[in-house]
Amino acid sequence: MSSGNRFLIGRPWNRSSGLRRVAATAAVVVLLGWSAAHLGLSPRELVKGAPWIWDLLSRMLPPNWAFFDKLVRPAVETILIALWGTLLAVLLALPVTFLAARNLSPSPAVFHFVRQILNVARGINEIIFALIFVAAVGLGPFAGVLALSLHGAGMLGKFFAEAVEEVDSGPVEALRATGASSLQTILFAVVPQALPAWIAATLYRFEVNLRASTILGMVGAGGIGFELYSSMKLFQYQDTAACVIVILALVMSADYLSSRLRARILEG
Amino acid sequence: MIEVRGLTKRYGEVAALTQVSLEVRSGEMAVVLGPSGAGKSTLLRCINRLTEPDAGEVRIAGRLVPNDRRGLREVRRHVAMIFQDHNLVPRMSVLKNVLTGRLAVLSTFQSILQIFPVRDIEIATRALDRVELLDRAWTRADRISGGQQQRVGVARALAQEPRAILADEPVASLDPKTARVVLSDLRRAAHDLNIAVLCNLHQVAYAREFADRVFGICSGQVVFEGTPDGLTPGTLQRIYPGLDGDAAEGLNPVALLAARATRAAEASL
Repeated sequence: MSSGNRFLIGRPWNRSSGLRRVAATAAVVVLLGWSAAHLGLSPRELVKGAPWIWDLLSRMLPPNWAFFDKLVRPAVETILIALWGTLLAVLLALPVTFLAARNLSPSPAVFHFVRQILNVARGINEIIFALIFVAAVGLGPFAGVLALSLHGAGMLGKFFAEAVEEVDSGPVEALRATGASSLQTILFAVVPQALPAWIAATLYRFEVNLRASTILGMVGAGGIGFELYSSMKLFQYQDTAACVIVILALVMSADYLSSRLRARILEG
Repeated sequence: MIEVRGLTKRYGEVAALTQVSLEVRSGEMAVVLGPSGAGKSTLLRCINRLTEPDAGEVRIAGRLVPNDRRGLREVRRHVAMIFQDHNLVPRMSVLKNVLTGRLAVLSTFQSILQIFPVRDIEIATRALDRVELLDRAWTRADRISGGQQQRVGVARALAQEPRAILADEPVASLDPKTARVVLSDLRRAAHDLNIAVLCNLHQVAYAREFADRVFGICSGQVVFEGTPDGLTPGTLQRIYPGLDGDAAEGLNPVALLAARATRAAEASL
């Protein structure tokens, strides 16, 4: 019986694999250290800046309760932007979903083409879309809605298509065997199976859109973000605090509601 | 009703079907027996072209099963299929699952709005009544037992008002009692509604009990065709090569009793 401890987490090392591992670890450490220096990450600066952070926080307190009255309209607008952004994203995503699903796409070329378009839509941040649409349709919530729909369509298109790919192929084949057309097979065998995942993805998208629409106002695309941004510019930090509280309340209730709904839908 | 001539299908090096020819008449329950991998499923799937055969032809009611999409859909309308795993659409009601058997006669417009003509609903209801599950019409298909699901599968097939039914091991995952109920459903459908039923089975005993005619398939070839009475130990050894003599006798109750009696007589001497 031998005693002592021994690591048995990975495969045992030998000389050459051990050298490779040491070299790789050293490389990662050097890279992280160099990039931290380049970015100016410095605990000392953070400590030095702490009083200023404290100063800012103390200026925010107490929140300006009277300001809440002025936030009702922007808050409602924020919710409506998120709602319409989600709705239009669903409407944009649905038609391309079946082209972007490997199992239903008419050809691999179509599949890859549609997936690439979705990748682009997904790759561009909402704020960047918002800047473009503010230039195109002017300041206001419409630009925000368009930004959320385009970015959201890229997200939902991918989620929807993946849900379609995970559908059980048995019922699909069964309906084909009855002499049903491709469209009928999609409507009666694919959609009922994918629907819960679609609804869950849409609810999650609404959650994300609500969070995004709280800052769209910073680039002039409507919602409560504008109040947040301007109160900070005007050094009205107690107003800023009121904005933060409203945003937190909005985001937390959306998270709560959507996760409750999603759980109920997914359990059947 | 179902005429198969020279059907051949290869998967790479493996010959799944070699020159298979057989015929199933209207109103007849025909059973296909054979070891796993003998080509039973491939045979059924080549008949309605869920699998594309390499050679050979299939006729349904004298009409050649065509290659083009539209013609194929027209034939499939009259040839229903029942699957081992029932393949119902989960989360959809039992009645709506049965109604999917009517899709081939439903217009695109009606399909999009999910509106079914009253006539089709009546056909589906009658089919569901035939398998004694009318009281579950509005239950979700994934909330009923496996046996009931397979009976809904039968009802979906019947709702097509088919001329032929292809059943691919419909009772493989059912307990013996439920299996016999499903097979009785199929046999009654064949006899009462004059449908040609071609059913793959694993259990010789069920073939004896329910089949009007039996096809034995081994390594992609028909090695036996006849009535269930023809399933002698010798025949069974041809269908299931390597099956030892006692077991083959065990699958034949009469032969088993005879063998036991002989042994008992020998022992007493």
